[in-house]
Amino acid sequence: MNHNDHDHDHDHDHDHDHDHDHQGDDKVHAYYQILGQALKELLIEKGVVSASEIRTAMERRDTITPANGAKVVARAWVDGDYRARLLHDANSAVAEFGIEMPTTHLVALENTPAVHNVVVCTLCSCYPRDLLGLPPAWYKSKAYRSRVVHSPRAVLHEFGTDLPETIEVRVHDSTADMRYLVIPMRPEGTDGWDEDALRTVITRDTMIGVSLVESAV
Amino acid sequence: MMTCSRYRSGDRVRVRDDYPIGHIRTPVYIRGCEGQVVRYLGHFGNPETLAFCLPTEPRELYKVQFRQVDVWPNYEGSLMDTVELDLYDHWLEGDHSQ
Repeated sequence: MNHNDHDHDHDHDHDHDHDHDHQGDDKVHAYYQILGQALKELLIEKGVVSASEIRTAMERRDTITPANGAKVVARAWVDGDYRARLLHDANSAVAEFGIEMPTTHLVALENTPAVHNVVVCTLCSCYPRDLLGLPPAWYKSKAYRSRVVHSPRAVLHEFGTDLPETIEVRVHDSTADMRYLVIPMRPEGTDGWDEDALRTVITRDTMIGVSLVESAV
Repeated sequence: MMTCSRYRSGDRVRVRDDYPIGHIRTPVYIRGCEGQVVRYLGHFGNPETLAFCLPTEPRELYKVQFRQVDVWPNYEGSLMDTVELDLYDHWLEGDHSQ
C-alpha cells in the first residue's frame, strides 16, 4: 500500500465549524478562515475545482452518521469471528459493510471488564469520520483535548461515566495516521437481541469512549 | 513487503526530549517520557517533511503505551491508567536488543 499520498485527514484545524468555544483564539481563527476562503476562491477561479464539487463533497460528508459505527459494533457483539476480524484488520472488516476508507487506517479498540478506552486528538481533531460522521464541537474543543489526557477520570465523570479504580482507563491520542473506534461493552439485558435492535443503543459517545452503553433493562 | 521493524511489542523506549521547530506530530507532553511499544503500525510518510511538500522517506510508526503516573507528576486516577500515542521511529530511543 502506498502511504506516501498524504491525504488522510489530519485536520490541522482547517475545518472549524464555528460551533466550539474559542477561548481567546478568535483572531487566529478569523485569520485561517479568511485564508481558507481565499484559497477556495483561487482554486475555483483557476478551474482546479468547481464550487459545485466542493458543495457536493461537503454534502456527502454530512450524510455520514454514527449509524455506520453502530452497524459495525452491533455485528462485533453478535459475531465473534467478525469481532476478531475487526480487531485484527479494521479497514477490511468495515469494508464488509461497504465502508471504504482508502486513505485512513482504522484501529478498533475493545472495551473489556478490565480496560476502558477513550479517544482524543490532542494536536488537532482526528476522528473516524467514515464511521461516526463529523466530530462534535466538544471533541474539537481545547478543553477536551487537553484535559482528557491529563485528567481522564474527571472528564469521564463530567460525561456521567464513573469507573472503579480497578478498571484501567486507557487514553488513545490520535497523533498520526491511525483513526480509532471504541467497541463498547454490550450491556446486560440484551440477550437474544438482533443486530437491528442492538444498533439502537449504540451511540456516538460510546464509540468515542466517553460513555458506556446504557443497560437496556 | 519488508516488515522488519526496529522495535517489537514489549520494548522499552524513551521519547526524544527535543524541541525542533516545524510540523511535529509528537506532542510536547510526551517528550522525554518512557514507555513500552504495544504495536507496530507500519510505514508512513514523515509529516515533518510532508507538511512542507518536501520529498519524504517512509518512517516506522509505533503505538506506544505510557503509564499516566510516569507522564503527569500529580496524576489523579488509578496507578493502572495509561495513555497511548502513535509515534514515528525517529522520535524513539531505546535499547532494542531486548
